[in-house]
Amino acid sequence: MTTLLTLAVLVLVAIAIWQMTKIFELSQLRTDNSEVANDKDNKNNGYLMFAFLVFIYGITIFSFAKYGKVLLPEAASEHGSDYDLLMLISMVIIFIVQIITQALLHYFAFKYRGEKGKRALFYADNNRLEFIWTIIPVIVLAGLILYGLYTWTNITDINDDDDPLVIELYAQQFNWTARYAGADNTLGSANVRMIDIDRANVLGLDESDPYAGDDVIVKELHLPVGRKVNFKMRSQDVLHSAYMPHFRAQMNCVPGMITEFSFTPVYTTEEMRQNPDVVEKVQRTNKIRAEKSAETGEVIDPWEFDYVLLCNKICGKSHYNMQMKIIVESEEDYNKWMASQQTFKSTMMASAQ
Amino acid sequence: MSATAHAHVDDHAHDDHGHHHKETFITKYIFSQDHKMIAKQYFITGVLIMGFIGIAMSLLFRMQLAWPGESNVFFEALLGKWAPEGVMDADIYLALVTMHGTIMVFFVLTAGLSGTFSNLLIPLQIGARDMASGFLNMISYWLFFVSTVIMVISLFVEAGPAAAGWTIYPPLSALPMAQPGSGMGMTLWLVSMAIFIASSLLGSLNYIVTVLNLRTKGMTMTRLPLTIWAFFVTAIIGVISFPVLLSAALLLIMDRSFGTSFFLSDIFIQGEVLHYQGGSPVLFEHLFWFLGHPEVYIVILPAMGIVSEVMAVNARKPIFGYRAMIASILAIAFLSTIVWGHHMFISGMNPFLGSVFTFTTLLIAIPSAVKAFNWITTLWKGNLQMNPGMLFSIGMVSTFITGGLTGIILGDSTLDINVHDTYFVVAHFHLVMGISALYGLFAGVYHWFPKMFQGRMMNKNLGFVHFWITAIGSYGIFFPMHFVGMAGVPRRYYENTAFPMFDELTDVQALMTVFAIITAAAQLVFVYNFVRSIFYGKRGTQNPWSATTLEWTTPMEHIHGNWPGAIPEVHRWAYDYSKVDENDEYIIPGQDYVQQHVPLFDGEEELQH
Repeated sequence: MTTLLTLAVLVLVAIAIWQMTKIFELSQLRTDNSEVANDKDNKNNGYLMFAFLVFIYGITIFSFAKYGKVLLPEAASEHGSDYDLLMLISMVIIFIVQIITQALLHYFAFKYRGEKGKRALFYADNNRLEFIWTIIPVIVLAGLILYGLYTWTNITDINDDDDPLVIELYAQQFNWTARYAGADNTLGSANVRMIDIDRANVLGLDESDPYAGDDVIVKELHLPVGRKVNFKMRSQDVLHSAYMPHFRAQMNCVPGMITEFSFTPVYTTEEMRQNPDVVEKVQRTNKIRAEKSAETGEVIDPWEFDYVLLCNKICGKSHYNMQMKIIVESEEDYNKWMASQQTFKSTMMASAQ
Repeated sequence: MSATAHAHVDDHAHDDHGHHHKETFITKYIFSQDHKMIAKQYFITGVLIMGFIGIAMSLLFRMQLAWPGESNVFFEALLGKWAPEGVMDADIYLALVTMHGTIMVFFVLTAGLSGTFSNLLIPLQIGARDMASGFLNMISYWLFFVSTVIMVISLFVEAGPAAAGWTIYPPLSALPMAQPGSGMGMTLWLVSMAIFIASSLLGSLNYIVTVLNLRTKGMTMTRLPLTIWAFFVTAIIGVISFPVLLSAALLLIMDRSFGTSFFLSDIFIQGEVLHYQGGSPVLFEHLFWFLGHPEVYIVILPAMGIVSEVMAVNARKPIFGYRAMIASILAIAFLSTIVWGHHMFISGMNPFLGSVFTFTTLLIAIPSAVKAFNWITTLWKGNLQMNPGMLFSIGMVSTFITGGLTGIILGDSTLDINVHDTYFVVAHFHLVMGISALYGLFAGVYHWFPKMFQGRMMNKNLGFVHFWITAIGSYGIFFPMHFVGMAGVPRRYYENTAFPMFDELTDVQALMTVFAIITAAAQLVFVYNFVRSIFYGKRGTQNPWSATTLEWTTPMEHIHGNWPGAIPEVHRWAYDYSKVDENDEYIIPGQDYVQQHVPLFDGEEELQH
């Protein structure tokens, strides 16, 4: 496949060069032998400018038609719908400006293409025009800034109202660990200097801290739907970034400090799997996976939708595969799952024996 | 302009500068102090050689993204041990991405673009015999050359070149245990960049002094062509921000080699706790982006200046809103130094700071919008001469708008949360800064090639082919890329196969890669045209584009000192195109432009725009 495509490209390049040499030779035959554009060049390139405008619109429409469906599905967090609305408003503004300015630019390039004897208009200044196109961006941007800052302040206001669940996300090359604060909902203090691999104290918890005993350390993130979660992020080696695209959430994990992010999941994993966009996406993806499996002969399991936590800050060789599954479930299921987990104290006692 | 400076210029005009030197091959072509030769040296080292390497690297990792994990003959041939059986290694993927970014941003678009055109045009367009200090100018180039050599050498070290991303965030870049590229490769990277910064500072100081002191008689600041304004302000931003990167690099060198803890704290890696305590990677991010953000304007402002000039010449119209253009350059330059935090909204810094940076960042959209509207209005009712330089100028405005608009999304701290470090960012900055700056560069090369090579001109038909393939290819690569980003695909992933949710995006990646290969091939047309025209290009007239600026009053043959006789005196601004008198006739009958050194005619009004 690769060789075929490479060959195809090489052939295309060869054709292009052959055509260019031809154009080059033809240009030698012309009587007008100068390298300065003449009326014919102006005309050809003027028309091409117009064609290019059509191309820009074309690739926009093509991309929306073909790739519009690959975008992330509906946000699965409470603040996510505000985020999506702000994104939609910004996008609409951007596309209006894009469509108008590209049209003016390329249409003028086409319309005013040069001709011998034509006279350009000496038009150097117009204060009113310049005022107008300074003030319009000012007003539009002021609106966007205010709306954006309002949303930003809400998202980044991390507080203890509404009894949030406290979870630590712990990053290391190249995996994630989650630590639940346990029954007291307070994380025990921890530092990398207290890591003791032999005794399975992998996150460096302070064993003498009474808050640490009931902490629960797991490799899969379970969240009860509808309850606010306050995440505390830590990293033990290099920068990582905890990116949860379905929840419109991201925060860097920085060695030496604790960073925070907070959101409330609103759809369980099961509900999200029923979302029509997700259903279609899963169908498309599994078709691709089945085809690939048939083509290469290797076994590729069909995919079932799950929320996921990705690393989104370059962190080394396996950066591309640093992930953790997130499961959003009902309060009941969550409690059941939590009850089956071992606390830090019990793991320590087990390892001591 | 002060009286002393005038006197100085006059002195200079009479001493018949430079003709008594005996030129040897070495003083003429290698250790030259002539700004025109230094410009060519910058172009060949920075753009042709480093540009080739940088773009070739991008093709390698684009092929990996399109056909992940597949064996490829190019990988096997070019990467050697890094591609066992032709399958690219994940470490070398990161190294390629890192070196591509470093080379394109610093070597091609900073040194290659600014170095070439500031050197070539500042003395010629302001009417000076050379730079303020030809010697420092020579040193500046040779320091750049040394840094280039070191950076290229770093590609061949045992453990591979730097691979922590072009932003080299510690701790990844500080700890060889974290990735192999952070050993000798990163050391060489830092040494190379330190020398590069010294080179850039020497160059910038020279540009600033030259523009301030060596303008010819009558060349007031408000008669300068916009190219000079752009280069001048670019040099100022460089002098303000590059030293901060040097300090970041020095502190990082100390953390790496002498055990200090400026950027490192509480690290447990490969089974042991390191001694570092109390440093902060976020501090490095602040220092890096204090340069890093002005840097993108260091890249784009010269391109804007070139586009403004080339567009006015070829539209046969004055640039619209000359003073607004200067004001927007100054506003962009000022704002560029107080927006760096928008790269760090989710770095863990205080969210209130994020609000402040959102505010300043979105303010930049205003002068940028003014520039875009002014360019569009410059085309309106023009008599557009579609030379290759003009096509690239129009193309630059197009990509600058497309890429700039998505900046409104990324500059908004809220919206940045979910697209930060995804392909959306990659698409944004490649269009607004990478492609736009390259278009500005190409516009400049096609336009001023006759000034670089004794009146020879580049072939226009090859130029048209080059432009149209590049224009289509660039949108073909980077427009669909926004969608990949909005689907949540992070950048700097060696392959996306570990996430089934990205499976359906592989064919978009393949499409972008095919466009990238075609577009890169089109650049070979440019290189062919460039090299061929040096030797066989047709000679045009002394002023082939009928431009008003002073560089076209110099003889086609290069001479040391630029003008054989006295330096011309300037009587008008640089944009008297298609100016008419009260009888609606051109000022000079039959000629639609008036050169800057032509005195005002009786009854002619000097419009001070």
